Amino acid sequence: MTRLAAALAAALLLAAPLAAWAAGNAYLLALGTRAAVFALAAVSLQFVVGFAGLVSLGHAAFLGIGAYALLMLGGAGLDETLVSLPVAVLAGALFAWPTGWVALRTRGVTFLMITLAFGQMAYFVAEALADYGGDDGMPLDRAPPLAGTALLAQPVAFHLFVLLLLAAAIAAARLLGASRFGRVLRAARQDAGRVAALGFDVTRVRLIAYVAAGAAGALAGWLLAVTTGFVSPALLDWRVAGQLLVMVILGGVAAPEGAAAGAVGLVLAEEALSAASEHGRIALGALLLGAALLRLRLRAPAR
Amino acid sequence: MSVGLLLVQTLNGLELGVLLFLIAAGLTLVFGVMDVVNLAHGVQYMLGAYLAVAFAAATGSFWLAVPLAAAASLLLGAVLERLVFRRLVGADHLDQVLATFGLILLAEEGVKLVWGPAPRSLAIPDLLAGTVPLFGGLRYAVYRLAVLGAGLLVAGLLALLIERTRAGMRLRAGASNAAMLSALGVDVGRLFALVLAAGAMLAGFAGAVAAPIVSVDPGMGGPVLILAFVVIVLGGAGSVRGSFLAALLVGLTDTLGRSLLDAALAGALPPAAARTAGPALASMLIYLLMAAVLAFRPGGLLPARGRA
Repeated sequence: MTRLAAALAAALLLAAPLAAWAAGNAYLLALGTRAAVFALAAVSLQFVVGFAGLVSLGHAAFLGIGAYALLMLGGAGLDETLVSLPVAVLAGALFAWPTGWVALRTRGVTFLMITLAFGQMAYFVAEALADYGGDDGMPLDRAPPLAGTALLAQPVAFHLFVLLLLAAAIAAARLLGASRFGRVLRAARQDAGRVAALGFDVTRVRLIAYVAAGAAGALAGWLLAVTTGFVSPALLDWRVAGQLLVMVILGGVAAPEGAAAGAVGLVLAEEALSAASEHGRIALGALLLGAALLRLRLRAPAR
Repeated sequence: MSVGLLLVQTLNGLELGVLLFLIAAGLTLVFGVMDVVNLAHGVQYMLGAYLAVAFAAATGSFWLAVPLAAAASLLLGAVLERLVFRRLVGADHLDQVLATFGLILLAEEGVKLVWGPAPRSLAIPDLLAGTVPLFGGLRYAVYRLAVLGAGLLVAGLLALLIERTRAGMRLRAGASNAAMLSALGVDVGRLFALVLAAGAMLAGFAGAVAAPIVSVDPGMGGPVLILAFVVIVLGGAGSVRGSFLAALLVGLTDTLGRSLLDAALAGALPPAAARTAGPALASMLIYLLMAAVLAFRPGGLLPARGRA
């Protein structure tokens, strides 16, 4: 099921430039790029939620940090991809470290609440950045150059660039998940006490996972800023974090490609529903609620 | 800063605190007793405000609108419990997130559909209009004092209910160990339904009394929900007393922090830097407070008994 959905999502993303070219419609390509960026963000979140079993509702902060890193570096003339991309990733990791350390002192729903709170904190800080548009946000001056070339200003090239990074992120998540580190992480999800008794520092392992996810989330944020050409605190809104989590849940938390498929599905569904009606989000809400109740029914023991 | 201004900010902080407490009280119990994460609780606050606006328009009376909004919130809470939340008990947290996030989208978009996306407002009733003098020539709005008083009154009633009645005893027991309570023959499912409906009513009441002093819009529940989560984490899950303490602490830290920090930074930094750093730092304060408390007391300030 997950594999089928993932294959379908991959086919859609790969076909997006072709479809856009055939239909003479740049909008389809932009939508595909957006879906791919959110897929990358969902993959980064899946690493914490699926492998580590930590339900984070503050992941939008990392998107925002990556986006604002690009905006700020662009203001200083340093938006060259080879500079701003690593800096954005590093910034995400640097935010994840202390906040993750605090949040990991708790688990379960409390972890969710604390990550949500830190996400809100990042939102307010972004809103207070008066030099960068305050709560209105600011457009980017240009698509960041790649090794001095304007390659990423080309929609098709940028789309392929995003797909490349997405594929790399999925491969990295799978590799890490299958590694010794990943096995400890998953074992700790099932029984943290037993893993600790085996001599592993569970909190440290989880913190590393959280920091890695934050770094990858910031990467997605950098890409999202280039995709929309605009950076604003709305990126850090807690609803975005909720949407990311919903993408991961819908796609199945167990595998990164599932999260990616969930993201593509949700982005497309949202676009289709809001195109169909101004109040399409009602249908989306009903859909999510229905999906949750259906999942509960399916999982309930037969009576 | 003058003493009078400090007093005004303290009152503002306490007022925010009691409102937060009304919202957090139900949420902490739902979470503490049944381990259900309810992201849609902020929606109850938002709907309470809209219902008050609608009832005030229909009846022409603020005094009828608030109790009607609270009653409607109670009913809505009971219906939602029956249709949705009952099924979420014992479910995976991810399913709870999915369902309640879906509820948020439904409610926020539904409100936009019915009342439009533009913010609404509710007039302050004549009886509570105007200001009272504080010393130093400063004045304070009567309505804000009334909100503070009403909040404290409800908090007091809630404390009596929880500390002195049989239902309250069961609640406290449920927050400590729900499985044991169930084994002793108490219908925990019914207790949960009660808590959920009552919590919805409290949040709806908070929204209704806040309606005249805030902008009533579909997104108003989100920030409040997050603050309520901070309160719950700070106070200790399932602990109503902890929530009360934490809510006042959060309210005071936020309002006093903003004004004190502005004053302090204006003295210490060049004006341009102070204008940026002040609001940014001030909005971080409560989260720093939360981080500091968690570093020393991961279970919160006053955790429910039997929970570390």
